[in-house]
Amino acid sequence: MRISRIVTQRIAFTLLTLVMAATMLGILAIIAYIFLKGLPALSPEFIFSMPTHGMREGGIWPAIVGTVYLTLGTAVIAVPIGLLAAVYLSEYASDSPFTRAIRIAIVNLAGIPSVVYGLFGLALFVLFLGLGSSIAAACLTLSIMTLPVIISTAEEALRSVPQAFRLVSVSMGGTRWQTVWRIVLPQALPGILTGVILGLERAAGETAPILFTGAAYFLPQLPKSIFDGTMALPYHLFVISTQVPGMPVKIQYGTALVLLIFVLAMNLVATLIRSYYRSRRQW
Amino acid sequence: MVSAPPAPKFVVENLSVQYPDGTESLRNVSLQIPPNAVTVLFGPAGGGKSTLLRTFNRLNDLVEGTRYLGKVLLDGENILSPKVDLVALRRRVGMVFAQPVPLPMTVRENMTYGLELAGESRRSKLVRSMEEGLRAAALWDEVKDRLDEPAGALSGGQQQRLCLARVLAMQPEVILMDEPTSGLDPISTAKVEDSLQTIKKKYTVVIVPHSVQQAGRLADWAGFFLQGELVEWGEGKNLFIAPKVKRTEDYVTGRFG
Amino acid sequence: MTKRRKLLEFVIQGLIRLCGYSAIVFVALIFLFLLQEGLPALSEVPLSSLLGARWYPIQNLFGLLPLLLGSIVVTLGAAVIAIPFGVATAVFIAEVAPRWMREILKPFVEILAGLPSVVLGFLGILVLVPLIRTGFNLPTGLTALTGSILLAAMSLPTIVSVAEDSLDAVPKSYRDGALALGATKWQTIWRVTLPAAKSGVLTAIMLGLGRAIGETMAVMMVTGNAAQMRWDALFYPIRTMTATIAAEMGEVARGTTYYHVLFLIGMILFLISFLVNILASSMLFRAKKRAERMLS
Repeated sequence: MRISRIVTQRIAFTLLTLVMAATMLGILAIIAYIFLKGLPALSPEFIFSMPTHGMREGGIWPAIVGTVYLTLGTAVIAVPIGLLAAVYLSEYASDSPFTRAIRIAIVNLAGIPSVVYGLFGLALFVLFLGLGSSIAAACLTLSIMTLPVIISTAEEALRSVPQAFRLVSVSMGGTRWQTVWRIVLPQALPGILTGVILGLERAAGETAPILFTGAAYFLPQLPKSIFDGTMALPYHLFVISTQVPGMPVKIQYGTALVLLIFVLAMNLVATLIRSYYRSRRQW
Repeated sequence: MVSAPPAPKFVVENLSVQYPDGTESLRNVSLQIPPNAVTVLFGPAGGGKSTLLRTFNRLNDLVEGTRYLGKVLLDGENILSPKVDLVALRRRVGMVFAQPVPLPMTVRENMTYGLELAGESRRSKLVRSMEEGLRAAALWDEVKDRLDEPAGALSGGQQQRLCLARVLAMQPEVILMDEPTSGLDPISTAKVEDSLQTIKKKYTVVIVPHSVQQAGRLADWAGFFLQGELVEWGEGKNLFIAPKVKRTEDYVTGRFG
Repeated sequence: MTKRRKLLEFVIQGLIRLCGYSAIVFVALIFLFLLQEGLPALSEVPLSSLLGARWYPIQNLFGLLPLLLGSIVVTLGAAVIAIPFGVATAVFIAEVAPRWMREILKPFVEILAGLPSVVLGFLGILVLVPLIRTGFNLPTGLTALTGSILLAAMSLPTIVSVAEDSLDAVPKSYRDGALALGATKWQTIWRVTLPAAKSGVLTAIMLGLGRAIGETMAVMMVTGNAAQMRWDALFYPIRTMTATIAAEMGEVARGTTYYHVLFLIGMILFLISFLVNILASSMLFRAKKRAERMLS
């Protein structure tokens, strides 16, 4: 009896370890494979020049620029709204049915399929507000999609600031906003930053929401204003891996690698910020 | 020349405080806090003394749904009235908490925090009140070369004196102290208690002590609280030596609590 | 307090309140616009056609069943793969792995969550599709199964992190109690910790699969996009609801029946995710309540 219990445990733990190892190796394999296949394609020319010959030659510069624009634009809209919403939930809202409704709404926003965001962006921003298929419409769409991630991570960061700091600040004659601005926000900043970057990382890699709101198949020049459409890395990868016959595999892998590096770099920055400040925190 | 007794700083009339869960923390308390003296509120835990302390700067209001009945007058003005500007009130009535909570910034920033909140931006004024505050809390000599270090790097005793000093720097009228020495070693405790003797010349001090002994050492005036009621009120020198009420005597002599 | 400061406080508080309400506003807006653009489809297309088995928009046949089936098949396939892998990984991270290993494994799973779905779809086309074709000896590797594998990978991070959180939230005293009674570590996990975290793990699975059913790009790239109904759909090309919208919206004129039907599909997807999330969060909420009762 005793032996069999230990044997069961050994079998179970071995299985768990194997499954976990398979999962991790799978993730590692995906990343390593793209690096291996994509690295030969990377060159300054590939990154900094326009695509030519029906995108079968040349570089991916406009797609890179487009993704940077979309990411920054999304940040400009989503970060202030998301941050203030998090401040509301953590510092101002009482525990009422209405607050609970807000939380349910946030959970739901997080769950809505990205392609549905695309539909919504098309209906509201592109058509109803007349922005057309443009960077502006795409950024607005991506912003709403990113909002729940920013709100929930920022709220968590705000809540982790010890209550005693707030009490002291208020007892010294601080208004609610002074307390938030001078004490709570600075202390929560690393956590907020981590959340913001993770949210933007998702926005940077998304295709479906910009499909009908701002992404362009091919543009001979860089966008000149926020009312122009733009190329974008994820959409470009989609196009050259499904829509262009006779596409050289090397360029495909190169594009995938650039997108991967873009996203991984954001992830890395977020992780570094988190661990750096966690080790330096005074409380 | 006969000088009239000074007007009380706080006048509490029939005060009851109820928390949102229905518990009544204070029942029908009336007393007067004299200015420029140390008033001690003491008694066993749950007696309502901290609630009274937090009524003086309306910090109870942070618990949503707290209800006040009766009146508390500060220099004749009812601070329980809904029209009271809580921010202004809290600038007049400063508070030191049981646990030292240095704000997560430098010593200097901790010291100027209160005045900056009030909109003071003149450097000379900030520097002067910082030094005054630190001197009054007997901390100046220890930290004058460490002003730009994080306040969290100070020792526990220094942190608590910093908390007192930063309240003094705001130049309030009243200083509330909620068991300010409960986490301190005897030497630090003595330093805090000593500084109170100078501080009270300028300010009104209301303190919830962390032991009966401390209550006896500090009290110019004292109130004994039991289960939300003020059992006895009087001058410190009388109340601890010859209490009039049996329950006070039992507590002071250590028979319960 | 000065007048200016009071005004500032008032304005900022208003702004914060406004942003706080924004989530509700956006959910409502999304629903309203889907309704406005999708509802006309119900009057323009007879219900019998919508419930039909044929999706040929050119001939005005808008049968949604094959799309629904496609989405369900792919998601179920993903569930079969992702649940064991996800829960096992979560158990390993929460219960078995030492602390330092945990600190490495968790960001790793986060990386998977951050991988753009087009990247997975792209790898799917080049690597997975040929493998499936030769491995199962099929006419094409663009099958529901291919999509399921990718979706499993994409829902894995959600399942792992939510399940891991709920395992982590099981009070230590439960484990100590079981261990003190002489249970092995594994018996403790299997008989005490997992059952105690049951609703959290279920929530994790639901949220993961909720994400899977809404996934678009990767699925569109590897499932062949043929709207057909057959019992062995797993090994043949299928077409999901999300892929249908993504692939066809670009070519549809505004205001046509076709356009309205695509929005109707969007509405269905919205309602599915709404349902899944309400259910999942109410389950988590109840679990939390129960834990509080037990601990108080």
